[in-house]
Amino acid sequence: MIINGIYKTDVVIIGAGAVGCAIARELSKYQIQVMVVDKNEDVGGDASKSNSAIIHTGYDASPGTLESQLVVAANPMYPELVKELDVPFKQTGAILPAITQEQFEQLPAIKAKAFLNRVYDIEYLTKEQIIAMEPNINPEVKGGLHIPRESIIDPFILVQALAENANENGVDFLLNTKVTGIQTEDGKIKAVETTAGIIETGYVINAAALYCDEIAAMVGKADYKVVARRGQFYILDKNTSCKVEHIVLPIPTKITKGKLMCPTIHGNMLVGPTAEDLDNKTDKSVTTDGLESIVKDVQRLIPNVNIRDTITQYSGLRPNRNPEGLHVDVYDDLEGYVNLSGVRSTGLTLSVSMGVYVAQLLKEHGCDLVYKEDFKKTRKGIRIFHEMTAREQEEIIKENPRYGNIVCRCETITEGEILDAIHRPLGARSMDAVKRRVRAGMGRCQGGFCGPKVLEILSKELNIPVEEVNKNVAGSYMVSGKMR
Amino acid sequence: MYEMKCDVAIIGGGPAGLSAAVAARKEGAGNVLIIERDESIGGILQQCIHPGFGLSYFNQELTGPEYAGRFAKEALDLGVEVLFKSMVLEVSAQTGEIICINTECGMTRVTAKSIILAMGCRERTRANIQIPGTRPAGIYTAGSAQRLVNRQNTMVGRNVVILGSGDIGMIMARRMSLEGAKVLAVVEIMDYLAGLTRNKVQCLDDFNIPLKLSHTITRIVGDQRVEGVYVARVDETRKPVKETEEYIACDTLLLSVGLIPENELTRKADITISDITSGPEVNQYMQTSVPSVFACGNVVHVNDLVDNVTVESMLAGQYAALYAAGKLEQKQEVRTRTGTNVRYICPQRIMPCDDGQARLFFRVLAPDMDVRIEARCNGKVVASKKERRVNPGEMCSIKIPLSEVDSDIVVDVIKEA
Amino acid sequence: MRKEIICTVCPIGCHILAEGTKEEITSIEGYTCNRGKEYGTREFLHPVRILTSTVKVDGEDRLVPVRSDRPIPKELLMDCMAVIRRTVVKAPVSTYDIIIPDVCGCGANIVATGCA
Repeated sequence: MIINGIYKTDVVIIGAGAVGCAIARELSKYQIQVMVVDKNEDVGGDASKSNSAIIHTGYDASPGTLESQLVVAANPMYPELVKELDVPFKQTGAILPAITQEQFEQLPAIKAKAFLNRVYDIEYLTKEQIIAMEPNINPEVKGGLHIPRESIIDPFILVQALAENANENGVDFLLNTKVTGIQTEDGKIKAVETTAGIIETGYVINAAALYCDEIAAMVGKADYKVVARRGQFYILDKNTSCKVEHIVLPIPTKITKGKLMCPTIHGNMLVGPTAEDLDNKTDKSVTTDGLESIVKDVQRLIPNVNIRDTITQYSGLRPNRNPEGLHVDVYDDLEGYVNLSGVRSTGLTLSVSMGVYVAQLLKEHGCDLVYKEDFKKTRKGIRIFHEMTAREQEEIIKENPRYGNIVCRCETITEGEILDAIHRPLGARSMDAVKRRVRAGMGRCQGGFCGPKVLEILSKELNIPVEEVNKNVAGSYMVSGKMR
Repeated sequence: MYEMKCDVAIIGGGPAGLSAAVAARKEGAGNVLIIERDESIGGILQQCIHPGFGLSYFNQELTGPEYAGRFAKEALDLGVEVLFKSMVLEVSAQTGEIICINTECGMTRVTAKSIILAMGCRERTRANIQIPGTRPAGIYTAGSAQRLVNRQNTMVGRNVVILGSGDIGMIMARRMSLEGAKVLAVVEIMDYLAGLTRNKVQCLDDFNIPLKLSHTITRIVGDQRVEGVYVARVDETRKPVKETEEYIACDTLLLSVGLIPENELTRKADITISDITSGPEVNQYMQTSVPSVFACGNVVHVNDLVDNVTVESMLAGQYAALYAAGKLEQKQEVRTRTGTNVRYICPQRIMPCDDGQARLFFRVLAPDMDVRIEARCNGKVVASKKERRVNPGEMCSIKIPLSEVDSDIVVDVIKEA
Repeated sequence: MRKEIICTVCPIGCHILAEGTKEEITSIEGYTCNRGKEYGTREFLHPVRILTSTVKVDGEDRLVPVRSDRPIPKELLMDCMAVIRRTVVKAPVSTYDIIIPDVCGCGANIVATGCA
């Protein structure tokens, strides 16, 4: 709501990543006004769009922590949620192979820890069973564990779906907007200052992940520092010869879940990630050393992994914190402020239970949450042409000929889908936003063929000159302009 | 499903498809249909506006559009039909069915007596060669940039570094310079020029663009848009020497680092593909492992001269037409085998014949001078020729008499004493 | 002045060394055939190039590819490009239509190499 150039809302959520959008969606079930603010040009956050796309069970969390509670609670929510929100998801299960005798002897402890985390469906596998389930596994495998509810998801569509559903149920999204300050009065939240104006509000939820310490500093609550922990990944061609069907996990260490190999929901292989602490919050480079360490580690599990079939590498920055630990903090001396920090490896997974948790927290802190009778709980995603039946394909082309124009040859994506991606609410306004909605540019040619076409489509549909079409955030212009 | 029938169906209307179509009609094929995904004919030649085509075939120096135009006109005059803006989704080799899609007819099934694959190739990407660094806007493969500049009237950037001294990289260096951009360097990992010397002269020297041989890009810098690249010299094993790293500020990186035949359809159709060329294995008639399916052009192996593509494609067209008319006899085939300093030979198989010749195209592994090329069958030399200079970047060929072929042919490239 | 010229007539690529003034060659060596000698001489005294580019089609976001119908003196290339950049052509255009006659007064025409 804008009155006299000032926005007014009940709850401001800072950050439109998985957690921010999940909280928004949860709150959109109630009769309150919610506004999500994000510096990026699209929902999806930062870490939420550069991770291993795994929905964890929490088997290896630190027992007794809030993180453990939230992950373990979140995992079972997914089968129903992905139906409601139309999100690609598959319960592939995970295999934890013990290659050495030493690793084999660690298995009981891992199983015991899983039990402490209340993950009971975890079973031993024999060497023969593992090899039958994953023929490409290192033949030296001694045995392992099977964690059936570890799953894979499309992380981009998950966040888009949460955001779209929240939006449809009344949540406003202010993108390309940076929070510059938070006003308080008499120990209460009063307003949020942004580059787009002032938002009067009673509640602020800090889901700013990488920048949550900077937001917390605005209200004097930065008793921790965010330390970016970079994870580099490989994606392999769908045709790669050496594949796995399950998530193949290494024995976890204290620092990281380790380097894994798993299928992606769309049929590629994912290999990685590294875990490198940085002294900055922006370096998303891929490095030769990092990539080489991935190959070295994963070859111990899958000796024939064919890295030369890589079609892309990327890196994500986990918003870790020092001192470590996932925190959801409220303060006696600052009413209306909820601070989320240390949400890292399990952030994507626990986003949906975090949404419920924070809603409950708000209720306990004076926020009147009355259920919306007309809450629309389902969302329909972009209709995917190559998944339709022959009949459906014929009909949709008759209805809209643009579905007969294939733009992305590698992934068989039509112009119709790209237009849907652009014109739907919270639609794509950049090349990467199109890519993350319909996969145009994610194939083996990495946008070599479709890029020039998507550029023209965005320019035309958004009615902006080509030099204003960005790859993602402001400043990432694709081309310098028309020649003649 | 919209249904169409023809004698010979050709996937791709670039130089390969056009030459094949012309030859097929001349051989008497009744109905020849080209399925083309673009809105106009000519394939990649439409964006190759520079000269250098047709030197041997037409004995003239033509630009890409002119070369394509000659065949397009001939194809038109001969009654070849074209389905434009149509993307092929699937080829069913055994049944001769092609499924394609366009906005007017929707899903379309083309049933043909013989099929010619002429899909060309795609470009190797930044990720394929794993260049470290960030992933900002402003990184383009040279061909994509060429499409933007020459077909979409769009300038990709103002201060450019080009990786790869292949012809396409050098051609783009000139093109960008002529349009007012500053090309700061062409970086090449090998210690020799990948493309033609004439292009070094006319594309780099003419514009004072430095060529950095034995160098590579070690890192891309820039968060939103390219801000610069680090370039370093490489050692004998082609690994970068860190101490030689230097920074070149730029806003655009063009990649000319290799072409990959586009055989997704071929693979799905279970047609035998060669590991070395990444294209379908063919015999001297450009016939694949499925007798009704032929292939020609860059989809079979990456060529340097479109003139050679025309020669191969005309064979494909001619024999696809003969096959469609039921006039192509299948016989037991022999194979061609690589000998000394030969990386691959195309065709990979030979169908024995009582007369006539077959032209074997091949590439060497390493550059050499004053060599003798020999083709042997059963240890006996059936063809031999001398060559002053050979190098991997320039396709070689040797003609063999088919009457002498009764078992595998080995080709060697030997240094003359 | 002295110039090292790499001959581009055939794949051998002889390195030709030519010496002289702007008006005449005083010595030339390194060629292995007459075509090479001619190329070296021409390249030293009056280097020329085929110029190719694109011209905008009026009223559309389309381009027509063009070329000079004969080589242009190298030193005039950028001036000719400036003229090409300013030129707008009206459809329809056929291959070999003259788009810019006698560009920069050098005697070469800029002609279309495709249609529009």
